[in-house]
Amino acid sequence: MLSVHELHVSYGGIKALRGVSMEVNQGEIVTIIGANGAGKSTMLNAITGFLKPAKGEVIFNGHKLGRNPAAIVKLGICHVPEGRLVFANLSVQDNLMLGAYLRKDRKKMAEDLEKVFVLFPRLKERIKQQAGTLSGGEQQMLAMGRALMTDGELVLMDEPSLGLAPLLVKTVFQIIKEIRDLGKTILLVEQNAQKALEVADRAYVLEQGRVVKEGAACDIQSDPAIRAAYLGSKSVAGGA
Amino acid sequence: MLSSYFQQIIVLVGINMIAVLGLSILTGFTGLFSFGHAGFMAIGAYIAAIFVARLHLPFWMAVAAGAAGAALVSIVIGGLTLKLKGDYFCIATMGFGEAVRIILNNIEYVGGARGWESLPQLTSLWVVLVLAVAMVVITWNLINSRHGRNMVAIREEELAAQMAGINVFRYKMVALVVSAAMAGIAGALLGNYIQFLRPTMFNMVKSTDLTIMVIFGGLGSISGTIVGTIILTVLPELFRNFAQWRLVVYGLAVVVIMVGRPQGVMGGFEMTPSGIRKHFAARRARQALEAELRAAERESAA
Repeated sequence: MLSVHELHVSYGGIKALRGVSMEVNQGEIVTIIGANGAGKSTMLNAITGFLKPAKGEVIFNGHKLGRNPAAIVKLGICHVPEGRLVFANLSVQDNLMLGAYLRKDRKKMAEDLEKVFVLFPRLKERIKQQAGTLSGGEQQMLAMGRALMTDGELVLMDEPSLGLAPLLVKTVFQIIKEIRDLGKTILLVEQNAQKALEVADRAYVLEQGRVVKEGAACDIQSDPAIRAAYLGSKSVAGGA
Repeated sequence: MLSSYFQQIIVLVGINMIAVLGLSILTGFTGLFSFGHAGFMAIGAYIAAIFVARLHLPFWMAVAAGAAGAALVSIVIGGLTLKLKGDYFCIATMGFGEAVRIILNNIEYVGGARGWESLPQLTSLWVVLVLAVAMVVITWNLINSRHGRNMVAIREEELAAQMAGINVFRYKMVALVVSAAMAGIAGALLGNYIQFLRPTMFNMVKSTDLTIMVIFGGLGSISGTIVGTIILTVLPELFRNFAQWRLVVYGLAVVVIMVGRPQGVMGGFEMTPSGIRKHFAARRARQALEAELRAAERESAA
């Protein structure tokens, strides 16, 4: 579905990605884990056209992706940004409808809105409320709901558990699985490697802009070096 | 009938309001700060003056041409500067405003730096009132349309708006063009009311005045824009007897508001029945959220 070939991205002289390749297949949850500054968010922003790659290409369902975010949304990739970025002074309903900005299929939109409310009943209760007055967890749900309203098949999620209480973190990962069950494919960037590997099918480990390990999530999870570096296991000494 | 001095103040409030409403669309609702809108006013004023005094065309045509001229220039300026981020756009508009003034200083056809006197007085109280009310209605409808909602989305989170597929550049351009056209109308009315034009009337102080009125009234509130324009236009007139001290009062009023109420007199609040309901609903929601957070804290502490 999505294939990234040898992607290079630089910020000025700093190389954030140095030739990253990855594949995401239909119906999968794929996670990218890595430390701060490993290039995880850069990866997502380069896919959705917000950053210009110095080299390499991204192919989605046979289309080469350019630098026009609107065209990429239309092709069916949606992005749940890091830090949620809800429209604080607009109502929950307006936030969700802005997700459907490019769509014209009103009937399907209404159905999708119902699906979002089934997934996030809290949003339905607060439909008229200003998004800025929601709690952090509710804002994360709104950001996810807004992305789902684009009707994209591939959902990119950037640190959805960031800054949430432990109980809510659990809920968010539960919801990620439910979104997959709706028929979506998910590319998940997370610092919470433990949780991400629990829900994912496959994983890529990024270190300083390179993929240092890839494979089935369960294999990555049991890899001693990964355990030491990212999962806080004390059984193996050393680590990156 | 109203005294002519009182009428004059109403006309000035009306003219300022047309310009400030336009700027409110750009700054208050789309989130772009401009320090060059006096430049668009100047373009409107001089084009309208040429139409009536040199070409002897009807007044309404002059006002329309002033608006169109300012709008056309804004398309060029917008094309060049709207891709700039935040502060850079603001600085570019500042440069534009000053450039317009200096160019006008050097065009003898319109009087150059000495100014252009004895223009006809074609702007009447009624023309200003009708246009000002029409602009309030137009602005109100624009802001409460889907287009307005999308502009607010850009102001709130530009990145997220792009992620939803909104063409941010196009919306910013529309906001800029509408605001420039309204500034052009205000300029056209002004020149044909006070009957003379001088480039220094449209310096950076004028641009800043317009922006201050928007911020003073409250970003993202049309009623705030109206209140801000009235207060800041009438205030210096009330203190006219104190000569230069009136500028101190003006400055002081702005400082007091910005320190005491940084969101402006009205904030994002609209003085309409539904605006009032929304305001109280948001307050209730905030209080409920705070109570919830406090409860969660108590729980985790226990």
